[in-house]
Amino acid sequence: MRKILLFAALFSCSYTASFAQDDLMDELDKETKPVKKEDVNYTFKTTRLINSSTIESLGAGVLDVRISHRFGNLNQGIGNFFGIDQANTRLGVDYGITKFLMVGIGHNVLGKEDDGFVKVQILRQKKDGTPITLSYEGGMSIQTTPTPTLPTTDDKWYLSNRLCYFHQILIARKFNDLFSLQLMPSLLHCNLVDSTKFDNNIISLGVGGRIKLSKRVAFTGEYFYRFTGQDNNYQGSKTYNSLSLGFDIETGGHVFQLHFTNSSGISERVILGQTTDSWGKGEMRYGFNISRVFTINKPKEFKKS
Amino acid sequence: MKKIILAALVLTVSGSAFAQKYMTRTGKVSFNATSPKSPEKIEAINNEVASILDSKDGGFVFQVLVKSFKFEKELMQQHFNENYMESDKFPKADFKGKIANMGDVNLTKDGSYNTTVAGKLTIHGVTQDVSVPGTIVVKGKDVTAKAKFQVNLEKHGIKIPGVVADKLAKEASVTVDAVLTQK
Repeated sequence: MRKILLFAALFSCSYTASFAQDDLMDELDKETKPVKKEDVNYTFKTTRLINSSTIESLGAGVLDVRISHRFGNLNQGIGNFFGIDQANTRLGVDYGITKFLMVGIGHNVLGKEDDGFVKVQILRQKKDGTPITLSYEGGMSIQTTPTPTLPTTDDKWYLSNRLCYFHQILIARKFNDLFSLQLMPSLLHCNLVDSTKFDNNIISLGVGGRIKLSKRVAFTGEYFYRFTGQDNNYQGSKTYNSLSLGFDIETGGHVFQLHFTNSSGISERVILGQTTDSWGKGEMRYGFNISRVFTINKPKEFKKS
Repeated sequence: MKKIILAALVLTVSGSAFAQKYMTRTGKVSFNATSPKSPEKIEAINNEVASILDSKDGGFVFQVLVKSFKFEKELMQQHFNENYMESDKFPKADFKGKIANMGDVNLTKDGSYNTTVAGKLTIHGVTQDVSVPGTIVVKGKDVTAKAKFQVNLEKHGIKIPGVVADKLAKEASVTVDAVLTQK
């Protein structure tokens, strides 16, 4: 009996001494069981894939200045320095109002087009939970090119003639650290179009994705298949689906996006329905997007300093 | 003899039964990894640090969710998680240790005590032995633990690419400030 007690006493002492901290950690694990499922973050590097938007939002209080540049068609040859002598640019500013809501405006050289959009994140992919992230984006644009010469002086050129609208549902899934995929059912409506080439309403489905090649470089691609407005090609003019392939390169505070695309414009009007150039004819162009973010409204933890 | 052993046994059992544990889920851990050449401050705050202190033997553990570190710049937070800490692979950082001079600390008496906390610090999946000086302030049922120490990034397997090598400090200065309450 004496021996058993002695043993028990020794055992209880040594046990508590040697395993105390593991027990404490277990206790902490139990106490801090996560209440919510963890978000899957960083599906894409930035709020744009190439031309199209991604499900990503800017953080609350973050301002993103974006310069998007497209050169001319490669097939113009050495005379036009393979398109480098031509250029189309979009200057834009985006702002994150909350983690889930962002807005942006921009000006495009092509068509002197001003655009604006709102993007709302509705679902967020969760670890062992919601399989996808879902965002809605809606926007409009106005082409501010000079009023064309009208047949009679009584004719009016309405403001509404210049307007286009678009709606997109963005559905994305980050399959793993290397691969993310996004589907983009889209509707484009333009009040007035050149009906020899385009439809007023164009429904399309975009597919985009990225493959990370390293921590800081990713290969990206996107393609919009149009269900309507495909073959509006009488009078010899034809329109094409937009296809873009590129790379995301990240350095400190910048993200550079370098790519080739057959869309001459950067606005949704051109991407979703009014692409007139074809990869097949060598009418793709080199382009780049530069994004620089600024924190305008600091998170509350940093307000004092 | 039998009685003594019995008494000892009762004492150890009752000792653990009466041992007080102190706990928090809202401790604060912040770090600063700004190098003199860095154009912007590289610092972050985490206000969701969990910790337990055992009054019996001075056992002290901390647990930090890496994703809960908040940066002033969202993009920096993204780089921290994706490129440096790989928080999808290593979601937690933790410390498992002991107050080495627990004999000098009386958690039932208000006052400020200088302590040394020694144990194992795991960051980015790599464990290092550390010994950190700190202070414990007892006030009523609250115990405030404060410490400041350096963490060498390379020793924890955190790779720093050449382009930012002179902008990011080799050692992050870590500050701990946690108020633990009696359970």
